[in-house]
Amino acid sequence: MAECHPVGFQWVMEAKARGAKVIHIDPRFTRTSAVADTHVPLRAGSDIAFLGGIVNYILTNEKYFKEYVLAYTNAATLLREDFVDVDELDGVFSGYDPQTGTYDTESWRYEGQDDIAAAGQRDAPKSQSESEESQGARGAGHELGGHGAAMDHSHVIRDDTLQHPRTVFQVLKRHYARYTPELVQEVCGVPPELFEQVCEAVTANSGRERTTAWVYSVGWTHHTVGVQYIRGSAIIQLLLGNIGRPGGGILALRGHASIQGSTDIPTLFNLLPGYLPMPKVDQHDTLDDYLQTVSSKQQKGFWTAADTYMVSLLKSYWGDAATEENDFAFDYLPKLTGDHGTYQTVMDMLEDKVEGYFLLGQNPAVGSAHGKMQRLGMAHLKWLVVRDLNMIESATFWKDSPEIETGELATTDIATEVFFFPAASHVEKDGTFTQTQRVLQWHHKAVEPPGDCRSELHFFYHLGRKLRERLAESTLERDRPLQDLTWDYPVDKMGDPSAEAVLAEINGKHLTGEKANQPLSSYTEMKADGSTSGGCWIYTGVYADGVNQSARRKPGREQNWVAPEWGWAWPANRRTLYNRASADPDGKPWSERKAYVWWDADQHKWTGHDIPDFVVDKAPSYRPEPGTPGPEGLAGDDPFIMQADGKAWLFAPAGLLDGPLPSHYEPHESPVSNPLYRQQANPTRQVFRRPDNFSNPSGGEPGVELYPYVFTTYRLTEHHTAGGMSRWLPYLAELQPEFFCEISPELARERKLEHLGWATIITARTAIEARVMVTDRVVPLRVGGRVIHQIGLPYHWGVGGSALTKGDSANDLFGVTLDPNVHIQESKVASCDIQPGRRPTGPALIAFVAAHRARAGITIQTGNEQRTPPSVGDDDHDNRGEQPGAGR
Amino acid sequence: MSDQRHGPVDPASAAGWTDNQPRKGFFTDTSICIGCKACEVACKEWNGVPEDGLNLLGSSYDNTGALGASTWRHVAFIEQPANTAVSSAGPVSLGMPSSVLPGAGSDGESRTDFRWLMSSDVCKHCTSAACLDVCPTGSLFRTEFGTVVVQEDICNGCGYCVPACPFGVIDRRIGEQGTKNVGIAQKCTLCYDRLGAGQTPACAQACPTESIQYGDLDELRDRAHGRVEQLHAAGVPQARLYLDDPADGIGGGGALFLLLDEPEVYGLPPDPVATTRDLPQMWKNAGMAALGLLAAAAAAFAGGRR
Repeated sequence: MAECHPVGFQWVMEAKARGAKVIHIDPRFTRTSAVADTHVPLRAGSDIAFLGGIVNYILTNEKYFKEYVLAYTNAATLLREDFVDVDELDGVFSGYDPQTGTYDTESWRYEGQDDIAAAGQRDAPKSQSESEESQGARGAGHELGGHGAAMDHSHVIRDDTLQHPRTVFQVLKRHYARYTPELVQEVCGVPPELFEQVCEAVTANSGRERTTAWVYSVGWTHHTVGVQYIRGSAIIQLLLGNIGRPGGGILALRGHASIQGSTDIPTLFNLLPGYLPMPKVDQHDTLDDYLQTVSSKQQKGFWTAADTYMVSLLKSYWGDAATEENDFAFDYLPKLTGDHGTYQTVMDMLEDKVEGYFLLGQNPAVGSAHGKMQRLGMAHLKWLVVRDLNMIESATFWKDSPEIETGELATTDIATEVFFFPAASHVEKDGTFTQTQRVLQWHHKAVEPPGDCRSELHFFYHLGRKLRERLAESTLERDRPLQDLTWDYPVDKMGDPSAEAVLAEINGKHLTGEKANQPLSSYTEMKADGSTSGGCWIYTGVYADGVNQSARRKPGREQNWVAPEWGWAWPANRRTLYNRASADPDGKPWSERKAYVWWDADQHKWTGHDIPDFVVDKAPSYRPEPGTPGPEGLAGDDPFIMQADGKAWLFAPAGLLDGPLPSHYEPHESPVSNPLYRQQANPTRQVFRRPDNFSNPSGGEPGVELYPYVFTTYRLTEHHTAGGMSRWLPYLAELQPEFFCEISPELARERKLEHLGWATIITARTAIEARVMVTDRVVPLRVGGRVIHQIGLPYHWGVGGSALTKGDSANDLFGVTLDPNVHIQESKVASCDIQPGRRPTGPALIAFVAAHRARAGITIQTGNEQRTPPSVGDDDHDNRGEQPGAGR
Repeated sequence: MSDQRHGPVDPASAAGWTDNQPRKGFFTDTSICIGCKACEVACKEWNGVPEDGLNLLGSSYDNTGALGASTWRHVAFIEQPANTAVSSAGPVSLGMPSSVLPGAGSDGESRTDFRWLMSSDVCKHCTSAACLDVCPTGSLFRTEFGTVVVQEDICNGCGYCVPACPFGVIDRRIGEQGTKNVGIAQKCTLCYDRLGAGQTPACAQACPTESIQYGDLDELRDRAHGRVEQLHAAGVPQARLYLDDPADGIGGGGALFLLLDEPEVYGLPPDPVATTRDLPQMWKNAGMAALGLLAAAAAAFAGGRR
């Protein structure tokens, strides 16, 4: 965090000064480790084993927060009889289909959920009938960013003694029983004493009086099991009662100032604003079809009002053209035909299926996994728009990419027309940043952008304006969405549209009645009858009373410690989500020290330091009729108001495509065999068996010894991601002027690598060269009885472009293998070889990489079997898990 | 003008300022430095100091190297086995830079505790500032804030100040013709222009963890002592102050440091002395010697007459 978020890290330092203990768990010894109380180095890609070890410690030593777990999580909920855990099926959960590499998740559902659905429940959500393969194709996991998966209804069967063997609690206990300190050592390379220290610190600092926070970054997400890493920490936090309480939580540090904002109002292909899913072709012919996928009207919680969010969104897009008669112009929305994630799109480019591409502050030639595939793909485009501060590698690949040197591309053969637009920086435009706590903070334009530089808002407004002018006379049905679009933002004398007008549109307004044209103050005011508009329901309130609430900057000392008047947090300016959980089931704070919101019996309402994340006048003792749907179905002790059952999910009965519980799998490329079971890597990871996407052998595969080392990539404080904002600036470039690899003294000796000399790092895709940095900060780990060396690579550099500092790109080493839930690439761990000296250049480089591959015997099948085949002569394993729904 | 060389308590009034401000300075608490180098960048941005070389130094994450004409803030990165002993009999490893390549002598299996120290260095704005003493043009002067500043339009580039500095801070700028202030002696001004406008120096303003603190020197010194006590109580006995003593060889620094090891470990002189401190005594001694010689010669003549 100190390395990549030094400004935010000041608060960690302040907490430390006040006595907080800072533990840093990272393969790498960073600037964070330097000031942390404890640094725990572990093998990259082994985090589930580590987190599972903590879960086991908590359960074995009865360190969990009993009242919290019982009342607020699904610990007491019963699972179905046909659910079978990984240990019995050699590494897969019940429902695995080895043909498709996907799960039928039916058997993961709660006991009792199936009966009613099978009996033909009128409003059974269609999502249950959608095949998991197709869910995977559209990255269904993403859609759940704001809520749990849909359930048929809210009725569950509980055993409040937690003793029933099919309660979530007992399943959890059995699942993690194998995650002993010894296993943690064997998988992660963390000595038991050090691991114990972490367990003790985390549990001692949790409970009624204290809370612990987990903070993570892309070191957790960029994996084929990235979603399950986060789930692992969620289970710990729920067991310890650290969610919905001050000082608790799981915080995602993002790579840029407003990545949170870019998922809220998404730049993702499968989402609409506010985590509404993109509609899908064939399945969502009508608005009604679509809404039934989003949420069942029979489940609990606020997603049952998704119709009001969606209709308001359509009204904000198409205004008067969206009417009840035409399904509020639902037909105008493009509908998904499959995976259109960034990696699928690049592969489509290679097949000439993509004509044009917009790159906005993104440098895939350097920043994306498998840089070569990215660059070769862009060479197939008809046109490419690059909007950036500098002439980045993605804008100049056609003349100076590494493939020009190797002969794989020739400038004269590339027909791509590249349009470069100089962009305004964040100080040269108005707008908001949304950070990890969901707080929107307005930034005012400080200076006019120089020369031709313009904001994205300027670009897109005028692009839309010109397209609409061109199509004004068109009578084609397909042009109607553009013709009818509301596109009426006031512009200033520079032609810049008002960012505040956009914010007001996002906030939404009343369209009819007495309050017509007045801004909405809360999403609960949204209507499904077309009488309200709103561009992103979770942001409603940011422009309440016609005031830009995100621009508030009242100093902390002039308000309470939660600081509700600094900026504005979604939803409804709540600073901590699910904060009903900060009080006990009776509505009293768990402790005075951690009081946050509570039930005021005299006034008959919830009150406290933050805005209560609960129906404000619903008493803790309230119990609805069983099966009551919607917000009314939430009991007075159901704090997780967006979940279909009102409870936090230790076990995820729906919504995840790769397992209801995190279970350790090795990275897609790993020199280590999975010690838990036969299954080596995530059996549902998305693999691409292509001759331009070879994988290194892993585990017990032949040739694994040719790629014996683990490498990870990361950032340095001095640079920003793919370097577009730093490698062109002399004051930053001089601070880290060259690409280097960090290795331990032991590896240096083993491979005769010299400090400040050159090293060549080799994978099945390519070989890159880096200056050698030998340092004690990299520690060899003892894993599974042998020493594993890790190599650290900062990924800021690229070949070509006009940057002040250039170098090979670490991301070129990776292939494309994805997590099934969200299509994220595994780019924080892979295996490699390292040799002293510089790499070959020109066509010789391709031959060099191919020769290494040939020695390892790599084919397109290597490493790409989703279900690890039983090893020859190993009779212990059978194929029990292979049949969908195979039971006991 | 009174003599500044012997460490008067208030250098600004000693320099003749009558309406001077309380003495301003820096307190750099290296125990909370996270090595982000924001100070280096903010300093260069504000003061228009040019980039000075894209060189990978291999010295941990330090590619700046040292203070100089184009580096007025420098963050040092020191990788070392954790030194938890406060003092012990016998020789103590100072973690001094060695000629052995990093890690060449270490063994992963035996490695236990490891420390990565970071510290932002800057001009000390000495109470007894030798650079100022030796400047023949008056380009270097003592400001009303008690700081030491070069006037670039007066400096003639003679370079006397360069060897005079006991810390190696000040230097003449080397660069191509046309580079700003090439040939002129340059160093931290403690953002004299910002101070005049009531602003905090750029580096302290940019520091995210308040490792660099700016303020009235007396108050900073109190704060520094308090912080050392706090760290000692928290089980960090190695914490110590550097340049906080007005009785030291430079009359105390206008920039104080809290260090977690011996100054040498950070590349700082353990017992800096203003190179001009002993000049009066030296001249006196030289004069005495000359007088003695004269007396001897005179005696010889006198004796010869006999």
